[in-house]
Amino acid sequence: MIDLINVNKSYNEFAVLKNINLSVKKGETLAIIGASGSGKSTLLKLMIGLQRPTSGEIWIKQQEISKLDEMQLDKIRLTMGMVFQYSALFDSMTVAENIGFGLTEHSDLSTAEIDKIVDEKLALVGLEKFKEYMPNELSGGMKKRVSLARAIAFEPEIILYDEPSSGLDPIMAGKIDKLIKYTQQQMGVTSVVVTHDMDSAYYIADRIAMIYNGEIIALGNAQIIKNSDDERVQEFISGGRIIR
Amino acid sequence: MAIIGSFILKRLAIWGGFILLLLDTLKQCRQMPRLRHVLRQMAHLGVDTLPIVALTMLFTGMVLTLQTAAEFIRFGAQSTIGGVVTIAVGRELGPVLTGVVAAGRVGAAITAEISTMKVTEQIDALKVMATNPIGYLVVPRLLACMIMLPLLVVFGDIIGSFGGWIIANYYDISSFMYMRSIDVFVISHDFTGGLIKAVFFGIIIAIIGCYYGLYAENGAEGVGKATTKSVVNAIIAIFFFNCFLSMILYR
Ligand SMILES: Nc1ncnc2c1ncn2[C@@H]1O[C@H](COP(=O)(O)OP(=O)(O)OP(=O)(O)O)[C@@H](O)[C@H]1O
Ligand SMILES: [Mg+2]
Repeated sequence: MIDLINVNKSYNEFAVLKNINLSVKKGETLAIIGASGSGKSTLLKLMIGLQRPTSGEIWIKQQEISKLDEMQLDKIRLTMGMVFQYSALFDSMTVAENIGFGLTEHSDLSTAEIDKIVDEKLALVGLEKFKEYMPNELSGGMKKRVSLARAIAFEPEIILYDEPSSGLDPIMAGKIDKLIKYTQQQMGVTSVVVTHDMDSAYYIADRIAMIYNGEIIALGNAQIIKNSDDERVQEFISGGRIIR
Repeated sequence: MAIIGSFILKRLAIWGGFILLLLDTLKQCRQMPRLRHVLRQMAHLGVDTLPIVALTMLFTGMVLTLQTAAEFIRFGAQSTIGGVVTIAVGRELGPVLTGVVAAGRVGAAITAEISTMKVTEQIDALKVMATNPIGYLVVPRLLACMIMLPLLVVFGDIIGSFGGWIIANYYDISSFMYMRSIDVFVISHDFTGGLIKAVFFGIIIAIIGCYYGLYAENGAEGVGKATTKSVVNAIIAIFFFNCFLSMILYR
C-alpha cells in the first residue's frame, strides 16, 4: 500500500531523512516513534505528497507519487486522510464545515446527508455539542479531535496521523487510540501513526518504526522493539514517557 | 554594482512569480469556482472599501476644483472646470486612488488571511483534501477583484465629480455650467478607459495579495512581513501599469 524506497529528504543541504526504506501493507497500522526533530512529520508529509523527496521513490497504491503533478496527486489524495500535528483546522469555518469539507467539495451528497455524517463523526470523537463552534473557540485537544473527525469523514483507505493523542488527557487519549484501532478493524484502513506514547504504540500498531536523526534504526512488532538491544531504542522506550 | 544587480534580479524573480501565479490561476479558472465563494469575496471587498473610496474621491474632487478654479476663472475658462475635473477623475485619479485604497484594504486582508492559512498548515490541509489552493483561494479572489474594482471606480468617479461640483458652487460656478462643461468635454472613453484600468488593478491586487500569502515565511512575523510587502508591491505595480495603460488608452 505504502512503499518508500531509498528516500532522502533535505531542506537546504540539511539532511532530514536519510535512506528510508519502509513499506506498509494494506490494512496494517504502523507506528512511528522518535525524538522531536527526528523527521517524523516530514516522513508523513512525503507520503501524502506535501513535500517531495530529494531522491528515492514513494509508492502509494502502485503509483510512484514523487513525480506526479498536483492534479494527479489529488486523485490519490481522495483516498487518503491526514491528521495534522497542529490540527490545521480551517479557522474561517465552523467545526461542522471543517468535518464536512471533503464531502462538500468532492461528493454529490446533499447537505442533509453530509450533516448526518458530520454528526456521526462528531459523536465518535465526543464533540456533539460543539458542532457550530469556530475552531478558535476550542481547546487544543478539542481541535485535535475535530481534525481527526475531518480526516475520517471521507472514509479514506489510508490515514496518516501526526501525534493524534498528544495534548489530550489520558482518558481521551485512550479513546482516540480505540478509535484508530476501530477504523482499522471496521473499515480496513491502512494507517501510519506518529506518536510519542509507547503504550499507545504497542496498543494500536502492528509494527513500530523508530526514527533516529532521520534514519530508521528499528522496525518490527512490539516484541521486537521491546527486546531491541539498540541502546537508543531502549533509552527512548523507557524514558519516552518521562521526557515527553 | 553587485548590489544593484542582485536587487534587479530579485525584483525580476518576484515579478516572474506573480506572472506564474497568474498563469496557474487562469489554468484553474477552467473549473468554475463556486459562485458562493466569489460572492462572499465581492461582498467583503465592497463593504470594506466603498466608504474609504467614497471619502478619498470626494476630497480629491474637491481639492482638484479648489486648485484649478481660481486660475481658470482668471483666464475666463470657468466654463471648462466641470469637464476638466471629471476627465482627470475618470481617466486617472478615480482608478488609481481606488486601486491604492483597495490595495491597502483588500490586498492586505487577502495576504494576511492566506499567509495565516499558510503558516498554520491550512493550505497543506486543503491539498491533503484534494483541493487545489489556487483554485479554491486565488480564483474567487481574482474574479471578485476584477468585478468589484470597476464598480468601485464607477462610484468613485461620480463622487469625485460631485466633490468638484460642491467647490465649484463656492466659486460661483453654476450647477448648470458645471454639468454643461461635463457634457461638452467628457466623452465616454474618459470613463471606460478608467474602468479598463480598474480591471487590471483588480488583477494586480488579487494576484500580488495571494502571492505574498501563499509564499509567506513561517511564524507570525512572516504574516506581518508578507502583508507589508504585498501592499507596497501592489501600489508600485498600480502606478507602473497606470502609466503604461494611459499611454495605450489615451495617446
Ligand atoms: N519546511 C521546512 N524547512 C526547513 N526545515 C524543516 C522544515 N520542516 C522541517 N524541517 C526540519 O526538519 C527536521 C525534522 O522536522 P519534523 O517536523 O519532521 O520533526 P518531527 O520528528 O515531526 O518532530 P516533532 O516530534 O517535534 O514534531 C527538523 O530539524 C526541522 O528543523
Ligand atoms: Mg512532528
